[in-house]
Amino acid sequence: MSDYQMGLPTRDAYGDEILALGHDNPLVYVVDCDVGKSCKTIPFLQELPEQYLNVGISEQNACGIAAGLATCGKIPFVTTYAVFGSMRMLEQIRQEICYPHLNVKIACSHGGLTPANDGASHQGIEDMGILRTIPNMNVIMGADYWSTRRLVRAAAEFDGAVYLRFTRDGVPSIYYESAEFTIGKANLLKDGNDVALIANGDVLIVALEAAEQLEKEGIHARVLDMHTIKPLDKEAVLAAIRDCGSIVTIEDHTIINGLGSAVSEVIAEEGRGRLVRIGINDQFGESAPYHRLLEKNGITANHAVAAAKRLLNGEKR
Amino acid sequence: MAEQIGVAELKQKAIKVRKNILKMIYTAQSGHPGGSLSAADMMTALYFHELNVDPTNPGWDDRDRFILSKGHVCPVLYTCLGMRGYFEEKELLTLRKEGSILQGHPDMKRCPGIDISTGSLGQGLSVGVGMAIRAKRDGMSYRVFVLIGDGESQEGQIWEAVQAAAKYELDNLTILVDNNNLQNDNCCDVVMPTGDLAKKFDAFGCAVQKIDGHDMDQILSALAQARMQQEGKPNCIVMSTLKGRGVSFMENVVKWHGVAPNESEYAQAIKEVEAGLQ
Repeated sequence: MSDYQMGLPTRDAYGDEILALGHDNPLVYVVDCDVGKSCKTIPFLQELPEQYLNVGISEQNACGIAAGLATCGKIPFVTTYAVFGSMRMLEQIRQEICYPHLNVKIACSHGGLTPANDGASHQGIEDMGILRTIPNMNVIMGADYWSTRRLVRAAAEFDGAVYLRFTRDGVPSIYYESAEFTIGKANLLKDGNDVALIANGDVLIVALEAAEQLEKEGIHARVLDMHTIKPLDKEAVLAAIRDCGSIVTIEDHTIINGLGSAVSEVIAEEGRGRLVRIGINDQFGESAPYHRLLEKNGITANHAVAAAKRLLNGEKR
Repeated sequence: MAEQIGVAELKQKAIKVRKNILKMIYTAQSGHPGGSLSAADMMTALYFHELNVDPTNPGWDDRDRFILSKGHVCPVLYTCLGMRGYFEEKELLTLRKEGSILQGHPDMKRCPGIDISTGSLGQGLSVGVGMAIRAKRDGMSYRVFVLIGDGESQEGQIWEAVQAAAKYELDNLTILVDNNNLQNDNCCDVVMPTGDLAKKFDAFGCAVQKIDGHDMDQILSALAQARMQQEGKPNCIVMSTLKGRGVSFMENVVKWHGVAPNESEYAQAIKEVEAGLQ
């Protein structure tokens, strides 16, 4: 790994930012589902008990309670793991939050393969794609500590439903504290006109490392942090098609319906551009070291470099 | 209470509520008459006696909240809202029509007076718990009423919500169970027996009352008792009701869960409701 220092898990960023938000705005509530310790909301409970609920292991109920609070002007953050926050309470999100357009945030740790040792049951690999299909929902994943803090605050300030995904384990620090984020607007981390690497979350680092390798070979890669997959920054994708033509997407998510699919929709409708999607290959994970799980799915800098070169050489995947 | 009107007048209102339900569903040729009619007496009592609401200011923050968790029986809610003046009564005949504020299931974004959109069973009670917790936390005196069906109580989420209502000592919440013993496919006892719902809600920590859901005196008395109860227990009123109540050929007949009457059935139904068939 290059110059990037290992930082805190992004669930810690959530815990720190939600605490700050709760102090700033008494309308901000946390609705926990007995995973407060894992999702870093215990300081919020200790300092702001009147803005905190723990409804136990009942995610569907948590979602409804949050909807009820939101009808009264509160800004609840339902806090759980990605698997449960996207699937156990999916229809409640649809019916009681998105359809009535309520201001509820679904804040989920353990996104993607990051709860590596926990195995497949706890690895939320389909979540962002599933949430992306629901009208009025916005879907976001920060890449590191500071980006996640900024995006959690942006979500709180946005009036509407937002799904936020965090990592269980530590991720390299990419951004400084001063970084700025806008929901729905990709961050350009490195410019280049040969190939575009579009990534988000814990595997944004893979794109940055791949770009470094390509640079050494004289290939100038553009790196975009597509932290919001809905609404997708279509302009940034169109610019990548126009300027680079070749695009590699990298995500810690099944390649079906996530970031890669969202980008491919733009490419297909545009009728221009070529794409390789790197992500989880339509298979469940297992208990294994995180890096092994990424390797088994080809979510590595080497794989991304090879994909970029294949695209540049005009080879089929 | 918005209006203090007597039992005799409430009974008259309930007749008009039933007639409107039938007229709406007949006009739409679509909708759910059975469960609308079984809930009609309680709904009349709520909207013309119990609820502290202001139809000219539906978003008033201190208002009592009402959630129709069994959202498919919205004709009974729509007619109460229309009769209370949330919108013009002539709107009732637009039920289920394109562009109507009266969607097939309640939509809070389109229809004034709807406190939460419902239609997917099992979900409304959790929302009511959220509203009731907010009242407690913010020191507000409004109360929350949630009407659920007995078939609906087959949904596990109902019991998650009751559990939370007990934890947070929501004596400002009243769960109304329309125990009409029928559901979409058949009798509840055949499809999935719900058992003794009063005992179940009691075991979950509620202050439970069992009443005849078509006896206006019992309804008012139960609502008054729920209003007085301040022991930190969620209220639950289990109403023994008849699906299709007031129309002889609809009463306790599974078919009338979600079927509209034809012309002659409609005429007969209106005649029976007007006669106040017991």
